[in-house]
Amino acid sequence: MQSTLKTTQRPTPMPTPKRTLGARLRSGQALVIGLPYAWLLVFFLLPFLIVMKISVSEMDVAHFQDLFTWSDGVLQLRLKLSNYLFITEDDLYFKTYLNSLKYAAITTLLCLLVGYPFSYYMARAGKALQPALVMLVMLPFWTSFLLRVYAWKGLLSEGGWVAGWLSALGVEPLLVQLGLIPAQGQLMNTPFSLVLGMVYTYLPFMVLPLFANLSKMDLRLLEAAADLGASPWSAFWRITVPLSVSGIVAGSMLVFIPCVGEFVIPELLGGPSTLMIGRVLWDEFFSNNDWPMASSVAVVMILLIIVPLAWFNQVQAKAQEGAQ
Amino acid sequence: MRSNLHPYAQDNGAFLQIQNVVKDFGHGAVAVNHVSLDIRKGEIFALLGSSGCGKTTLLRMLAGFETPTSGHIVLNGQDLVSLPPYQRPINMMFQSYALFPHLSVWDNVAFGLRRDGLPREEVAERVDAMLRLVQLERYGKRKPHQLSGGQQQRVALARSLAKRPQLLLLDEPLGALDKKLREATQIELVNIIAEVGVTCVMVTHDQEEAMTMAHRIAIMSEGHILQVGAPHEVYETPATRFVADFIGNVNLMDGVLALDEPDHVLIRCMDCEHLVGHGITGTEGMAVAVAVRPEKISLSRQPLETPYNQVHGVVRDLAYFGSYTVYHLQLNSGAVLKVSATNAARHSDAMLQAGESVWAHWDETAQVVLTQ
Ligand SMILES: Nc1ncnc2c1ncn2[C@@H]1O[C@H](COP(=O)(O)OP(=O)(O)OP(=O)(O)O)[C@@H](O)[C@H]1O
Ligand SMILES: [Mg+2]
Repeated sequence: MQSTLKTTQRPTPMPTPKRTLGARLRSGQALVIGLPYAWLLVFFLLPFLIVMKISVSEMDVAHFQDLFTWSDGVLQLRLKLSNYLFITEDDLYFKTYLNSLKYAAITTLLCLLVGYPFSYYMARAGKALQPALVMLVMLPFWTSFLLRVYAWKGLLSEGGWVAGWLSALGVEPLLVQLGLIPAQGQLMNTPFSLVLGMVYTYLPFMVLPLFANLSKMDLRLLEAAADLGASPWSAFWRITVPLSVSGIVAGSMLVFIPCVGEFVIPELLGGPSTLMIGRVLWDEFFSNNDWPMASSVAVVMILLIIVPLAWFNQVQAKAQEGAQ
Repeated sequence: MRSNLHPYAQDNGAFLQIQNVVKDFGHGAVAVNHVSLDIRKGEIFALLGSSGCGKTTLLRMLAGFETPTSGHIVLNGQDLVSLPPYQRPINMMFQSYALFPHLSVWDNVAFGLRRDGLPREEVAERVDAMLRLVQLERYGKRKPHQLSGGQQQRVALARSLAKRPQLLLLDEPLGALDKKLREATQIELVNIIAEVGVTCVMVTHDQEEAMTMAHRIAIMSEGHILQVGAPHEVYETPATRFVADFIGNVNLMDGVLALDEPDHVLIRCMDCEHLVGHGITGTEGMAVAVAVRPEKISLSRQPLETPYNQVHGVVRDLAYFGSYTVYHLQLNSGAVLKVSATNAARHSDAMLQAGESVWAHWDETAQVVLTQ
């Protein structure tokens, strides 16, 4: 009894004030997470705030006026909202925004339609074949995207290979009927060439997240569905598609968001009927030199992207909850 | 020797007939090799065998996920082989449960009924009844990942029973549960299956599970069926050394048939002579093995006055399990004999100690003579 008392009374050695492994790990974690956030803060949020400030500033001849002025004990905040008002008044902006959203949506949809079966069969192909297939999807990245879009110019213009094939296949009348090209033989600088170029460029961004998602799927769930009487088609729609929603959302965001603000592809492959907001931005900044106006256009564009993004995120969060 | 007629050979009116089924995966991997089984209506039939013996493959052929290389599977007079899984009147409870993670418990159970295009009210009625049966009424709105392992297992069971299949397949139904929960669930599962009255084929590598749950057991090894019978039949009268060894613990003593008299035979092994009565006959000099279960052997410090079915040994090891103790006796020949003795009394003086010299003896009827 006494001996046990003694042992409990023996002073326990104080833990040395060294940081524990857990604390160190946590600080490492903070660093890993903090760095990209710091990057985003400095190179995205800060510039965005500057753009926002410019968009509500009045411009002197050479520089912007301060938002806040202090005189005679009065703090004045001057927000020039006329640029925003102008955006709502001049329907050029409204139409180009709509155009941008429209082409981005069409591109996303087509990428999904082409990319889903593509990723599906990629994910179901033999394990030995998959790395090669993924490689093939990424192969175009080895050449500059600008060069590849330029190449389409050659392929689609009169006498180009693709133009030749399309007319040989008799697809052109259909494209005319759909209003994608103005007349037969005019493939370039039309909605058709624009969408083709965007789908071509952004397809890998749809395929890769979808592939990652679909190849993780537990195939026993499909067996369970078949066992319960679902035909392969029904099992696809009721099991495979719902379980790949997070992949669909990720791929769609990766395609839709850059497509809205896309500048290069519409410049090279688009035409007068496919004016998109990127072009308007460019003009306001560099042709009109109206930076406040350009900044307002940019801010509205970002808002237009953020709203669907927030919605997508919510859908994804819901899907995630179900899948895991 | 012993008549080796399989019990099912006499059976007529089998509900599920597996006829000469072979599954060859190519490059010499014959997972199921000429298997024939007749399964009666309403029985729980267990396929028992060690890992890789082809149990799952056989079950998957019943469900339709694998096509037999040859042979027939006939359910209630209908040949199933050409039917795809979604047209078979069979439901399977998967080893991993394979619950749909994006659907609630209720929708999981309703999935099969909806595929059949049942009216909404009937679906609701039957799903509710199923959930009541497995005591999960209050969990209908939850997602599978919000349930415990045992609850998931019951959802899987409810889902596979909801369509009232003619045949229920269970692949290692309790494999994911811990030992305690497993024992409780075995009985629960049998009760539910009995209540529904469905014919059931289950796969397991756990012999206790097969024994407690099944009406009949088929022992499989390397794609073959070695023996079919009720649990006590395969335990008490194993047909081969493999089965005797596979089911429970056994002492196998090799010997030769020394004497064949009309009412008994005498088998001479290294450590003793076995006298076996019950209707056995063979040619003198043939090699046989005598199987005796450890719990059928008694120990005493003094020899009995019989020249047969008795060996002398020294206690080498003993393992105390609470309700019983397992002794390992080293026999004169060097062979080891396993004996298990019930600990009927507390602090018994009779408890043998390591190093003690003892006599082990058993009843004449405790012995099973095996030729292969
Ligand atoms: N798709 C397949 N292709 C080739 N061989 C296979 C295939 N599926 C199973 N096998 C082989 O068939 C044999 C039987 O496999 P099976 O899955 O039926 O075993 P099991 O009895 O269920 O074992 P366990 O208890 O480990 O689940 C194994 O040797 C296995 O390697
Ligand atoms: Mg198995």
